[in-house]
Amino acid sequence: MPKITMREAISQALMEEMERDESVFIMGEEVGVWGGTYAVTKGFYDRFGPERVKDTPIAEAVIVGAAIGAALTGLRPVAELMTINFAFSAMDHIVNQAAKLHYMFGGQFVLPMVIRAPGGGGRQLGATHSQTPDAVFAHFPGLKVVAPATPEDAKGMLKAAIRSDDPVLFIEHATLYQTRGEVPDGDYTVPLGKSKIQRPGNDVTIVTYSKMLEFSTRAAEQLAKEGIQAEIVDLRSLRPLDMGPVLESFKKTNRAVIVEEGWRSYGVGSEVAARIYEEAFDYVDMPIKRVAQQEVPLPYNRALEQMALPQVEDIVKAVKEVL
Amino acid sequence: MEKEEHLDLYYQMVLIRKLEERSAELYQQGKIGGFLHLYIGQEAVSTGLVAARKPQDRVITAYRDHGVAINVGIPAKEVMAELLGKVTGTSKGKGGSMHLADVDRNFWGGHAVVGAHLPIAAGLALGDQYQKNDGVTICMFGDGATNIGYFHEALNLSKVWRLPVLWVCENNQYGMGTAVERASAVSEIRQKADGYNIPNEQIDGMDVLKVRETTLEILEKIRGGDGPYFLEILTYRFRGHSMGDPERYRKPDEIKKYQENDPIGIYRRYLLENEVAKESELDDLDTRADVEIQEAVDFAESSPEPEPEALYEHIYVDD
Repeated sequence: MPKITMREAISQALMEEMERDESVFIMGEEVGVWGGTYAVTKGFYDRFGPERVKDTPIAEAVIVGAAIGAALTGLRPVAELMTINFAFSAMDHIVNQAAKLHYMFGGQFVLPMVIRAPGGGGRQLGATHSQTPDAVFAHFPGLKVVAPATPEDAKGMLKAAIRSDDPVLFIEHATLYQTRGEVPDGDYTVPLGKSKIQRPGNDVTIVTYSKMLEFSTRAAEQLAKEGIQAEIVDLRSLRPLDMGPVLESFKKTNRAVIVEEGWRSYGVGSEVAARIYEEAFDYVDMPIKRVAQQEVPLPYNRALEQMALPQVEDIVKAVKEVL
Repeated sequence: MEKEEHLDLYYQMVLIRKLEERSAELYQQGKIGGFLHLYIGQEAVSTGLVAARKPQDRVITAYRDHGVAINVGIPAKEVMAELLGKVTGTSKGKGGSMHLADVDRNFWGGHAVVGAHLPIAAGLALGDQYQKNDGVTICMFGDGATNIGYFHEALNLSKVWRLPVLWVCENNQYGMGTAVERASAVSEIRQKADGYNIPNEQIDGMDVLKVRETTLEILEKIRGGDGPYFLEILTYRFRGHSMGDPERYRKPDEIKKYQENDPIGIYRRYLLENEVAKESELDDLDTRADVEIQEAVDFAESSPEPEPEALYEHIYVDD
């Protein structure tokens, strides 16, 4: 199996789907001539031309809105938002239109579209450009929200998202683009709405996704040296949320730490913890812990920013507290 | 225009008027819930626009959508059933008054968030451009929608990409209760299109034939590859913004002045004066519309409610 970066994985998924299906096209700020602000679509403009690689004005509402309209005509647009922080400028079209039109018109409207949006903190971009607001979007029925952590999942899930007839918000973490991992040869997809055990263990369940899988894995490696075997469940999709592997693992370990990069309040950890309590209360041996971002707008200063973001040590500490 | 087409346009306008009058009654009886925005006074606008389109031309509008629904050919009974929330409605009772649509008739809704459907309309036009179809998207919205950001993003993109879209501002002179002059930096809305170098004009929306003829010409220009066009159609809603509007913002005299300029009355006079139709023929159409609306109400009232399972249907296509 070839080992490639996350950036290459996403790029390959887009390239292969555009080659496979002429109804797939991409649109967004700087996706074309520039080659993508994170270089994901480098070379696409020359290969597919301006009809299928569409540079847009800086106008997020019409980027998402026009993708909705084009999808209604049977196309499969992949709209790129330069960062998920700009999704707020398109909030109505994401949560009020894309998420609702199929239902609201009694199934008449079908929106096979993907919104790609990189996000995440840790790059000293200041409070407005550093957010991990994934849970906000996962709140809305009708939208699918996915956030893969590995190149294999990123490639397979992006292909699945493009082939899906539902609107999918595909969240990338901007600090993961250089992360390398093995991907299967040839064409493959990874189903949306399925979580996965990424590391087996018997002592404690760590539930996480996206960038925090990497931190959780490092924490698990440290804990292993002390004889603690953590099982890591990668949610991969936030909506639909697949609790199967989480509950299965929890019923074995009876202890859980939920790790996310976004804020703790009303977050992914809150949801997962609540569901464990609701569905597996008899298996609870210790209160469930959440590791998440401090409740502050992320500051620019590097040291302060890192203080606010969850760290490997925070995960190790939380695991020890639930043992 | 053939006589038959004249009578058809007249019938559509009368049918809309009677549908709306009856809807108001049903609303007051508590049979229609939510918001109800009546199209009374504006019938000539959608009737003229839709009469000019070809089947491949898409129509999308805002929440005052009952008129368009009739014009595109949705049976009145299906419209009424949706207003009553019945499973036989256009959106299976899940959309309501503001969310009528019929994809098979190229009618793309009924959208309730002011201005939010303009970017979607740009996308519909993009879809046709991408697939090299010769359809034009007709996007209708109120004067109030021209002050929100979506309007400006959508108009700008439509020009940059030369999208086949006809932007139609139905200027009924009030965004809810706020007069155009109190909300818009320019009171002649079409001037906003100048800012995006989109050709534009303003016409009288009380004259259905004028609306139809103008639209016919414009659609052919757009179809020929001219890019977007902006049409401001002056009209007036005789009723409040929605049911329950206290109408403190305008005087009865103003409403009366416009009602004397009723689009249906104007057209009726035209048909009689030009001897297109006899009074008795028009009276027969009026009666036919009464019957059709009564049948629509009967159909809607006797239609079943959605099954409880419908609550969980159509959240996603794939499961």
